Amino acid sequence: MSLPARVTTLIVAFLAVVGGVIFVVAHYLLGGPPTVDFTASGGQVNVVMQTDASSSPASVPDHPTWVSYFIKNPVSGDWVHTTLFQVPASTRVHVTILGYDGSTPVRNQVWGQVSGTAGGVAYYGGTPVKTVNGWNGPYLIQHTFAIPGLNLNVPVEAGPGTCSTGPCTNKAHSTTTFSFETPAQTGAYRWQCFVPCGLSYLDGNGGPMQTIGYMMGNMQVVS
Amino acid sequence: MAAADAVAGAQRPEPNHGLRIFLIWLPIALVADLLIWFVWGPHMPPGDMSSSAGSQQLDINVMAVMAAPVMAFVLTYGVYALIVWRHREGDDEDGPPIHGNTRIAATWITVTSVIVLSLAIFGTVQLVGPAGAGAGEGNTPIWKPSGGTPLQVQVIAQQWRFTYRYPQFGGFETTSLMLPVGQNVQFNVTSLDVVHSFWAYQLGVKADANPGVNNVAYTKPEHTGNIEVRCAELCGLWHADMTTAGQVVSTSAFNTWAASTKVQLAALTKNLPPYSLTYSPNLVPQLGKAFQQAGLTGAGGGYYGPQYPVQP
Repeated sequence: MSLPARVTTLIVAFLAVVGGVIFVVAHYLLGGPPTVDFTASGGQVNVVMQTDASSSPASVPDHPTWVSYFIKNPVSGDWVHTTLFQVPASTRVHVTILGYDGSTPVRNQVWGQVSGTAGGVAYYGGTPVKTVNGWNGPYLIQHTFAIPGLNLNVPVEAGPGTCSTGPCTNKAHSTTTFSFETPAQTGAYRWQCFVPCGLSYLDGNGGPMQTIGYMMGNMQVVS
Repeated sequence: MAAADAVAGAQRPEPNHGLRIFLIWLPIALVADLLIWFVWGPHMPPGDMSSSAGSQQLDINVMAVMAAPVMAFVLTYGVYALIVWRHREGDDEDGPPIHGNTRIAATWITVTSVIVLSLAIFGTVQLVGPAGAGAGEGNTPIWKPSGGTPLQVQVIAQQWRFTYRYPQFGGFETTSLMLPVGQNVQFNVTSLDVVHSFWAYQLGVKADANPGVNNVAYTKPEHTGNIEVRCAELCGLWHADMTTAGQVVSTSAFNTWAASTKVQLAALTKNLPPYSLTYSPNLVPQLGKAFQQAGLTGAGGGYYGPQYPVQP
């Protein structure tokens, strides 16, 4: 092989390696779901989410069959497929979760207990609840919204489960509301669902239960 | 000139290198051991909050005291050799051939045997004495603490949180660990999903949490203070975040807490399954009704129905 051919081959190989590294970094490390930013108005923010058993391939191209949360962008009103959101520190957060998913029994009934919210209660369609029996009713649970670092746990009421192409916009959903105070300490607070709702995975623990953007995420508290 | 020096050096009587090395090593080893035992030792992990933690701290101190003289000897010998037996200008002579030294070999074998065997005996005593030294002993523990019925605390692991159940107080379940000082505690450790490991660092307790298995570990808190519980088995994306706080408090404070928590969590406790050493999501009878109401088909024995493969 001539010298120019060898040099060209070397340069091409080098650029291929560099390009591969850049792709990996950009795609796997820097990629991921977007963060929805909530700014306080009057010392409080309103976070609206929905849960869906499955989604349209257009909205969730990677895993449209996975159960997932969506978060409503407060500015545009669009539903964003993410579980990352940002809120100010020391602020009252009002959360509304529209439950489009059906019921999945909570594995440990301790997660049927509301904790860490204002007044220690959540509201199912306006009715206050403190302890929900996710096995026998009268309310059934589909997921939980829990921030372990704040000892916050809210069982989310099961919906009719009739919408299968999230994000859903019809009115056939349950409505779970609650409020809590963000801490003064800034940083990332993980949140997750404690219902093993990853259907088709071993004991419901895989897939969406292990992937940010579906049933687990971060609440970023900023100053 | 260099050759003449070498000849003169060869004619000088060889000093007793063994005695020199011993005299250098002895004060270093003594100082190191005294520093380890009296200065560093009290701060060795995991502290002395409980009987098991205290015994582990003693184990680490004893091993450090045994190891330091060995390390000091190796370093002393190495430095001595570098200085005294270094290559000198013009000295191209090979060292004298060495064929075995029975006294050195016997000393080496005796010393290392004594160290290893004494550590083996010490380790065994330290494992048996403090009732398993805070480690999980499985479902049928061999070593149990004496002195009455221990406080039963069930540790339930799930992705990604530990919860704690107190069967002697009505079976309520909490998200934080509370223990009384001066009382033996029996941890019954299990999991609801994957393999976790209950590691109460300050208590010196570490026991695997396996689904469908009860793993027993004992300890006796001897000082009040805060506990940090971590998961010590890689268990999923947020394994590193699987921590909970706990406290060791006075007996009266614990009893007050237990009584008030029992009342506070009464509604939740009614929903919990009967206390059991293990819990299988497929065998909890109350799940059947929820399955039926939800239209799921797993009530026949599986948490998920046959339409769902075990793993896609």
